[in-house]
Amino acid sequence: MDWYPLWNSLRIAAVSCVLVFFFGVFAAYYIARLPRAVKGILDVLLTLPMVLPPTVCGYFLLLLFGVKRPLGVFLSQFGIRFVMTWYGGILAAAIVAFPLMYRTARGAFESFDETLACAGKTLGLSNFYIFWRVRMPNCRQGILAGTVLAFARALGEYGATSMLIGYTPGKTATISTTVYQLWRTDDNAGAMRWVLVNLAISTVVLLAVNLLEQKNKKVVRR
Amino acid sequence: MLQVDIQKNIGSFSLCSRFEADGGIMGILGESGCGKSMTLRCIAGIERPDRGRILLDGEPLFDSERGIDLPPQKRRVGYLFQSYALFPNMTVRQNILCGLKNEKAKAKRNEIYGQTLTQLELNGLEDRRPEQLSGGQAQRAALARILVSRPRLLMLDEPFSALDSHLRVQLQMRMLELLRELGGPVLLVTHSRDEAYHLCGRIGVMGNGVFLTCKETKELFANPENRQAAVLTGCKNITGARKTGEFELEAPGWGVRLKTALPVRDDACAVGIRAHYFHPRSSGNRFPVRFTGQMEEPFESILSFHYEGQAAGTPDLWWRVPKGKISSPLPAELGVAPANVFPLYQ
Repeated sequence: MDWYPLWNSLRIAAVSCVLVFFFGVFAAYYIARLPRAVKGILDVLLTLPMVLPPTVCGYFLLLLFGVKRPLGVFLSQFGIRFVMTWYGGILAAAIVAFPLMYRTARGAFESFDETLACAGKTLGLSNFYIFWRVRMPNCRQGILAGTVLAFARALGEYGATSMLIGYTPGKTATISTTVYQLWRTDDNAGAMRWVLVNLAISTVVLLAVNLLEQKNKKVVRR
Repeated sequence: MLQVDIQKNIGSFSLCSRFEADGGIMGILGESGCGKSMTLRCIAGIERPDRGRILLDGEPLFDSERGIDLPPQKRRVGYLFQSYALFPNMTVRQNILCGLKNEKAKAKRNEIYGQTLTQLELNGLEDRRPEQLSGGQAQRAALARILVSRPRLLMLDEPFSALDSHLRVQLQMRMLELLRELGGPVLLVTHSRDEAYHLCGRIGVMGNGVFLTCKETKELFANPENRQAAVLTGCKNITGARKTGEFELEAPGWGVRLKTALPVRDDACAVGIRAHYFHPRSSGNRFPVRFTGQMEEPFESILSFHYEGQAAGTPDLWWRVPKGKISSPLPAELGVAPANVFPLYQ
């Protein structure tokens, strides 16, 4: 069995998850501070990929990064091409997974007690320290949930990915595109193997999260 | 020495704080929503006033004309929040060490930490998390975290409101000792006149965003002068009045003329009498009364009454008297010494 799709899916999901984590958290943090009108517009724009069909997202990505489109032509000067490359999958997965991270992080930040940040400031703590050592740990549950959702979504990404990077065995094949391709070519047993692999990964991820949560809750209460 | 003169508009509410505080404990007394906490937040740098100045020991923390607005991190102003704002993800030790982040020398850091821990009786609690602390312990931990950062000014925002009432007086006593030890200027915001009286040398009274008056504590309670200040210091009987003589006020609502010990200014608009100050045998200002109700407290009785000539629609007056000091039948007349009649102004 060729394990390439597994490896490719994992690296795409992992890299896009890291990107989405930082972009999502910072977008959630800064957008919450903007004037209401701007916030509303940005909010809609950033959440759209969640409600649009992934193929539509993929279509937009092709409009932007297609090899004959201005942005695509510009990037190709630096040897970067998102169409039909494995790292194009990172872009597709990140765009689709972003709203999940952004939304959950924003919810977590909104329920954060701002007096804690104020107290930190009057104690002379830097904004950087307050963000990473006070705000983030106290929003841990929401942030963690968002990250897991984003990772799971990135791992299962199919629509935008297949539009942007297609299916080339050994090059751009991911688990989800492979399942579709094998099923389409009547290789039901092959498709089933990859379905099981996907199930196993998802289960492990969810179990790991649950364990992590329980460990965090082990604080003695009187 | 703290000098504050700031204005800030928030929607329809406008804050206009103007006062000075030397060393010692200064209280800011006011109802909730009057702008007390907003004043503290402006001094700490968490909120930005629209215009004005804040000077601490001569150094400007904020000056709208000169374009100065120091970030809270640079102001060295300690702020004890009502909720104490201990970081829930850290132990007591980690919380306190947050206040020592800017102390570079490790030995010095440990020394200050150890001292403060002992001073605030937190030994043995270092590894607890805030959720495992009692209210009093949390207050001390939060205070320790502020004190190790060596603030030039300490601000306490309703420090006892989150505590059970039976602990309050005990903790106030300890707080008073501690604050006296520290010596530095302290601002204490409260809506409780008892708290203000227990702890503060001077009290500023705020109402609806404005500083009404600022006096020595005893002086404020002996002669509140301002009508709202009288209400906030617990004066129960207040009614509209006008000057009828140099030491006399007429209160049409009560249908009486009252002699005062304080000279009455022309702009007197009301008169106030504390519920404790009536006495059946007092010779001054004695008038016939009718009692209308009685309520018991553990050690005192509260009686409501109105004067014989009282105008309809004027609320009844209150008389507070220790139990066992009430004659039976109830007295037909009540008097109040002229020294206990406050002329009040707008």
